[in-house]
Amino acid sequence: MKKYDAIVIGAGHNGLTNAAFLAKAGLNVVVVEKNDYIGGASVSRNIHDDWTYSNCSYVCSLFRPEIYRNLELGKHGLQIINIGGGATLMENGDFLGSYEDHEVSRRELIRHSPRDADAYDRFSTDMAKWCRFIRPFLLRTPADPTSFRPRDIQELIYLGRKFYDLGQKDLHHFLRFFTASISDYLDQYFESDVLKASLAGSGIIGTGLGPMSPGTAYVLLHHYMGDMDGSVGSWGFARGGMGSIANALAGSLKEHGGEIRTGQGVEQIIVKNGKATGVALENGDEIHANIVVSNLDAKRTFLGIMDPKDAGEKVVKAAKNFKSRGSSGKVNIALNGAPRFDALPQGSDLVNGFIHVTDSIERMERAYDDWKAGTWSKDPYLDMLVPTYADPTMAPPGKHFMSVFVQYCPSKLTAAEHNGEDWTDKTVTAFGETVLNQISKYSTNFRDLVEHVEVRTPREIEAEIGLTDGNIFQGELTMDQLMFNRPFPGYAQYRGPVKGMYMCGSSTHPGGGVMAAPGANAAREILLDLKRPNTVPEDEGDD
Amino acid sequence: MNNLAQNAGIKQDHYLQTIKKTPFYNRQKEWDKVNQWHRWGEYTVCDVFESIAKEYFAIRNSASLFDLTPMSKYRIKGPDALAFMNRLVTRDMSKIKVGRVAYVIWCDDAGQVLDDGTIFRLGENEYRLCSQERQLEILKRNAIGFDVEFWEETDEVAAISFQGPVTCRILRNMGFSDVETLKLFDLRYFDFQGEQILISRTGFTGDLGYELMVSPDKAEALWDAIFEAGKDYAVRPIGGNALELARVEAGFLQAGVDFLPANETIRPGCTRSPYELGMHWLVKLDKGVTFNGRRALINEQKNGSRYRFVKLDVEGNKTACNAYLFDRKNGKSIGATTSTAWAPSAKKNVALGYVEMPHGKSGDVVWAEIYYQKELKWNRVWAKCLVVDKPFWDPERKRLTPPADF
Ligand SMILES: Cc1cc2nc3c(=O)[nH]c(=O)nc-3n(C[C@H](O)[C@H](O)[C@H](O)COP(=O)(O)OP(=O)(O)OC[C@H]3O[C@@H](n4cnc5c(N)ncnc54)[C@H](O)[C@@H]3O)c2cc1C
Repeated sequence: MKKYDAIVIGAGHNGLTNAAFLAKAGLNVVVVEKNDYIGGASVSRNIHDDWTYSNCSYVCSLFRPEIYRNLELGKHGLQIINIGGGATLMENGDFLGSYEDHEVSRRELIRHSPRDADAYDRFSTDMAKWCRFIRPFLLRTPADPTSFRPRDIQELIYLGRKFYDLGQKDLHHFLRFFTASISDYLDQYFESDVLKASLAGSGIIGTGLGPMSPGTAYVLLHHYMGDMDGSVGSWGFARGGMGSIANALAGSLKEHGGEIRTGQGVEQIIVKNGKATGVALENGDEIHANIVVSNLDAKRTFLGIMDPKDAGEKVVKAAKNFKSRGSSGKVNIALNGAPRFDALPQGSDLVNGFIHVTDSIERMERAYDDWKAGTWSKDPYLDMLVPTYADPTMAPPGKHFMSVFVQYCPSKLTAAEHNGEDWTDKTVTAFGETVLNQISKYSTNFRDLVEHVEVRTPREIEAEIGLTDGNIFQGELTMDQLMFNRPFPGYAQYRGPVKGMYMCGSSTHPGGGVMAAPGANAAREILLDLKRPNTVPEDEGDD
Repeated sequence: MNNLAQNAGIKQDHYLQTIKKTPFYNRQKEWDKVNQWHRWGEYTVCDVFESIAKEYFAIRNSASLFDLTPMSKYRIKGPDALAFMNRLVTRDMSKIKVGRVAYVIWCDDAGQVLDDGTIFRLGENEYRLCSQERQLEILKRNAIGFDVEFWEETDEVAAISFQGPVTCRILRNMGFSDVETLKLFDLRYFDFQGEQILISRTGFTGDLGYELMVSPDKAEALWDAIFEAGKDYAVRPIGGNALELARVEAGFLQAGVDFLPANETIRPGCTRSPYELGMHWLVKLDKGVTFNGRRALINEQKNGSRYRFVKLDVEGNKTACNAYLFDRKNGKSIGATTSTAWAPSAKKNVALGYVEMPHGKSGDVVWAEIYYQKELKWNRVWAKCLVVDKPFWDPERKRLTPPADF
């Protein structure tokens, strides 16, 4: 039987990235994926006629350009296209539009609040400061603050210098930012409810917290720190859907001699004498290698495919306590024509971007109340996007694919109204109906255009991709689970509890999103341990 | 309190208009031969109508018209208007009487300059603030506790800068009686075709000149009246490029070029204090009331500044565009140029820039490493630069009252 140097469990985009850098360093690598398709949450599938859905993630900004270039993803077919426009729809029939042109966008803000138009520039400047602080850490391994190894000390000095570099006043401001709620944070700038709501969405997406919960301001930054061709905070979509990212990574991996096996779920990581030696597959086969990398989230890795005796009590306990509550749903819709949002000026570019429903933080918080009570939001926050206005490849001509991200949707139905019954096909459909109804309130022609609907609650997301409880980030993005605390203290440098075992998924620093940084950082650590030359690029810097 | 409710006028379909035309646009378009325009705020404004040289010499030799309408303008009114202005800016505004204009700067709490501009004292309790950047939020944040109201009036005021040695003659031809008695930084209302026109003896050229403000529906009439009264004096509209030459020659700072508004910088250390911009004369620490940045500026006076703003007389004829400044030839880098020009009236190669303290005292010499291209080939020269404290161009007629005819 063929012996590999490294096995990567899971063909999510981080697993593929990790494998590609290992292969590039000359390692003999195999990726084993339980599904018949690759990509994890960065996937496109054709499940209804000629439509291609981005079933989970739908837009890209966080993906590190250094990795894109280094793995030659352009050559392997990837194209990320800029998204312009967008609007937040209001209950009173008005809207807040987001125009690409700064002056027009500013006028739109003036329409809602003249003062906020000026404050928006201040907000953008401050966000740019926080981005400049945080972006260089994305492709760095977090320092272990308790270790006295020269490398950790060096990293801590780097961190200290970055703090110092913010300047005294901004440092105060920044530290508050990290612990503030998105609602309190936005109150420091704005008075307009709809503007605050349009920004606060990024603070709650994928998070089991409400806009008034401390810690959500950081989640906003997490969605801001990416870039599109140097424009920090801008988003794009992958031509052909988010699966194109996984496919391009797979192309690069194969070019460097790597192998991918789909339809082969891993049952257990084999550990002998405190060393990882391979994996046992669900089909009974075994594959052997001295390096075993898990792309699965921390819970699935340590509570699922590792023997608790191998993982050890401390890690098992930490994995149990790791927060990864599901809070989001996704509804993918095939449409027979372009949906018209009644409020938006016909013919404007606004429809090309993110269309949000929920025009006040208050409404978002009420939507969160439903989630806390154990059911889906009756008045949900929606983030809708129709990529097919620009991307001709995802739907037949004249027809459209609409991606709808829904906040909040719990992983378990525990509210009294469900009479002790967890998700069933019936309640999943009812959740989908809530979403379709919400859209219909703002688009009169929408219903008639619906051709097919794929409804995904955390139950479906977990069942398919293995994201525990359907948490889209492989673990929540709160301070206690970021940087050197991700996934848990002492294990933030991608190394697992046994020799030769590593983690490379979004459960590790810098966290969730289609970013490829966890996979790349883990590859760098593995190569360091193997004393092989590093193939992972460094951050190119903003200064 | 603060009257901010002017959003009423903006309709949902405003996005169809990506650029606004000033009330002088149509008249200017008649002069436009080369189609070079850019955006200033929401408006489109001209860089060059025909030739920079022609336009520049209109400023220095005859009379030039520059459309100032896009400049941010705010009206501030109320019993506490003076106290509010004094809180905002570093100057002692109690010294600025009704009928006077003051050049001012304002700072953040750290004593770093947010913007510069002019404040027109229109009445006992009434001011107009003109600035390059938008200030509504800064006004609102500072107005807490003051009995004032304010609003933006950028679109409600058509403004034009009328600069050059024959401008006073033309204004007199237009029938603005006693306009020649306006001293530098005076303002006065005159009648113009049944409405009021505000004329101030101000400008950004370092020359004799005025700024005229009317309601937008009188803009074209004003334009026509100027050309009629000035038909023998080679009046012409000028674009931003000619003005830029004149302002560098006059040694004036430009926000966003020679310093960055502190609230827009991201990297620490990229802001400047008034002292670091050579604006000591604009800061009155002991004016009796506290103002934004005062404490930090007192500290800076004690502990010293980081930078010094310099006006440089650059040897040779190669402009020191984007050049590093050094303490000596091949020496240590101590700063950079921010604005440069070949000054056609001074017939000098000049630059504005900054150097680290303690370099750059008046009379000191610093060196610029200049890269320039001739027909694809890059060359490099070292140029000796003399730090001067006077503007490169400072004609007597700028101040002379009444101005001579030509
Ligand atoms: C609905 C949704 C919307 C999102 N929207 C966006 C967005 O628009 N933009 C964005 O940047 N991010 C978005 N995200 C987040 C982002 O998609 C994820 O954080 C990211 O894709 C996770 O990548 P990963 O490689 O770390 O892990 P995953 O994608 O979770 O990959 C793990 C892989 O392991 C496989 N696997 C699981 N168990 C086994 C096993 N036992 N054996 C073998 N293989 C196994 C899985 O099938 C999967 O392929 C979204 C996520 C979701 C769920």
